[in-house]
Amino acid sequence: MDSHVLDTLIARYEAEEGRLLGILSEIQEQEGYIPHDLLLMLSEKLGIRLSRLYSLVTFYSFFSLQPIGEHVITVCMGTACHVKGAEAVLAALEQHLGIEAGATQDGKFSVTTKDNQFTVTIARCFGACSIAPVLSVDGNLFGYATPENLPAILAGYGWREHAD
Amino acid sequence: MRIESEAGLRTLQAAGIQKLKPKQPRIAVGLATCGAAVGGRKVYESLREAIDRAGADIDLVTVGCIGYCREEPLVNITIPQKPLVILHRVSEADADEIVHSVMDDQVPEDKALCRVPSWDHVTGVVMQYGKGFANIPLYEDVPFFAPQRKVILRNAGFINPEEISEYFAIGGYAAAWKALHGMQPEAIIAEVEKSGLRGRGGAGFPTGLKWRITRDAPGGTDKYLICNGDEGDPGAYMNRNEMESDPHMLIEGMIIGAYAMGLKNGLIYIRSEYPLAIERLGTAIRQAREYGLLGDNIMGTGFSFDIRITRGAGAFVCGESTALVASIEGRTGRPHPRPPRLTDPEGGLFKKPSDLNNVETWCNVPAIVANGSGWYAALGAANNTGTKVFSLVGKVDRVGLVEVPLGTTITTIVFDAGNGGANGKKVKAVQTGGPSGGCIPLRLFDTPVDFESLNRAGTIMGSGGIVVMDEDTDMVDIARYFTGFATGESCGKCVPCREGLKHTLLLINRIQAGKATGKDLAILQEVCETIAATSLCGLGQTAPNPVLTTLSYFREEYEAKVRP
Ligand SMILES: Cc1cc2nc3c(=O)[nH]c(=O)nc-3n(C[C@H](O)[C@H](O)[C@H](O)COP(=O)(O)O)c2cc1C
Ligand code: FES
Repeated sequence: MDSHVLDTLIARYEAEEGRLLGILSEIQEQEGYIPHDLLLMLSEKLGIRLSRLYSLVTFYSFFSLQPIGEHVITVCMGTACHVKGAEAVLAALEQHLGIEAGATQDGKFSVTTKDNQFTVTIARCFGACSIAPVLSVDGNLFGYATPENLPAILAGYGWREHAD
Repeated sequence: MRIESEAGLRTLQAAGIQKLKPKQPRIAVGLATCGAAVGGRKVYESLREAIDRAGADIDLVTVGCIGYCREEPLVNITIPQKPLVILHRVSEADADEIVHSVMDDQVPEDKALCRVPSWDHVTGVVMQYGKGFANIPLYEDVPFFAPQRKVILRNAGFINPEEISEYFAIGGYAAAWKALHGMQPEAIIAEVEKSGLRGRGGAGFPTGLKWRITRDAPGGTDKYLICNGDEGDPGAYMNRNEMESDPHMLIEGMIIGAYAMGLKNGLIYIRSEYPLAIERLGTAIRQAREYGLLGDNIMGTGFSFDIRITRGAGAFVCGESTALVASIEGRTGRPHPRPPRLTDPEGGLFKKPSDLNNVETWCNVPAIVANGSGWYAALGAANNTGTKVFSLVGKVDRVGLVEVPLGTTITTIVFDAGNGGANGKKVKAVQTGGPSGGCIPLRLFDTPVDFESLNRAGTIMGSGGIVVMDEDTDMVDIARYFTGFATGESCGKCVPCREGLKHTLLLINRIQAGKATGKDLAILQEVCETIAATSLCGLGQTAPNPVLTTLSYFREEYEAKVRP
């Protein structure tokens, strides 16, 4: 996103209500994260101190300051998913992707694989609790996830089981 | 296209009925978020191809969700003069068979869940479908639906949420017409007060009273009406379905409220995890503007009101009123002590008096105006009038959205509608009210679900999530889970919540690791009671509930894990 694109984005938010979070959400959606230079640009264009933007970006879990991988996997850790075994799904996911066990649990930061193919993060509820446990890959929801059916889901996004 | 006469509204209604009950058969696929995720989208596409292949004259549309989530994908079929038939567990492979049956004025009976000869859309229209298909069970005989009473979900799963014409068809916007053309604002507020409607966001505050306070606050028309669509409770998804399946019902409720309170600014705050709800409401708002139902001079009355959507960004605490306002203003969502309340002169959004109500609260309003407060007050229980939608999830056999009159027992919801535990397991408890709620053991399942009875049992109504736990569920783990949730979502402003919850979590972890003693249980109890008594906002005040209720109802599970 360049300065010009950011200008048009800002211009779409003529009303004050929901403006800052709206703009930041769109940056997050388009870039996959909030790049530092865009945050600087936004700060200048809106005349809002950078520290204030940082406090927003770090308070709300929707935003990430880290670049993300090719595909983003979000595992729901909401109540319905929890009682139906979401923790086992997350643990299996970490294992398949070679992520340190438990690294994604606290939900404050996403974790990206070394080959930059996958970023894993957790969510509080997709509102799809009836098909728990639920995970989303690039915004597509998968219900009834289990450690067993994970490889098939991942394979749809280019993941291959390593021989070792 | 603006609606400026009652005759104009009726013409639109007639045109809408042509879409809902066309001369040719109609196939409708339930495509709310959950239906789409379990294959509904593919079913829709394969039906499209099958219809094209057969060259059949069949309408194919999208509808919302009727709430029987376990049976998805759901497809309903309307053949002229026949009952509407709901098919369940439909897959792509069924498409050709369905289309060929429908071309012969038949339905694949082995796929049929039930038939609906007529449907009461509550706000004035009873849609007559027809007779036939006697082998297929009636809707009201399906055990999941039998105990239910659909008032809020009156249209969900029947109408296309992306077509305002179908909302007109079922009598939509007639209540707004009646209110704006035939009632004084004061009379509407009085009706809502007399109906006994209480807020569905969790606290159960009388809606009419909140409207009255907002109306009486200084500031002319420059106040805010806000719809709380944050739905932060994990396990609760009724608001998502209401917004996705019947967005105009929400908009109509807000228009009536705005007129009653005499204000012009409307906002819907929706969590960013609900992209489809955001999209459908956006579409619905645009359509409502085209018909002069939002904007200036609504329905030719001179009254002006418009609605904008603002999005959340993933913080549970932003469902709390003062944090929600901070978030819309572009600040971090940290609650402040009340008063000032949102309705106070300087207390609301951008310091203007503001009324905040939950999605479902708004959805009740058109039904109350259409049918009168007496009709509404007769639903439900004393001081707990009306119906409430619950999301019945977790380890229950029939998961889905269950709408019942308030005062219905947990047994009816979990066993009659839900058929007890999944996979033949024994149900042990339910958790209601999300992270602010508590666990109720099986022996208290005759508790009526109303605001006060749930409080007496140590939990809360919350937004209506009911998570079922079975014999395999570790209740200490549930307490740990919710404490972990609340610790992560605490905004960090007040000490009892920020520090107390962290220590609660450490204590529970110690218990789970087998390193705790009986004394630790006493400390756990005391820490939790202190957090509840001294926290600044509802999050901290209620966060210990999952621990306190499991400590009291499932103490033996804790004791089994501690050393003497
Ligand atoms: C931590 C916390 C989270 C809340 N989350 C929600 C929510 O997601 N949706 C909601 O409608 N109300 C929520 N509430 C309640 C709101 O503060 C407020 O009471 C409600 O939106 C008022 O609407 P009502 O009168 O229609 O219930 C929450 C309250 C607290 C303390
Ligand atoms: S709890 Fe996982 S989708 Fe709701």
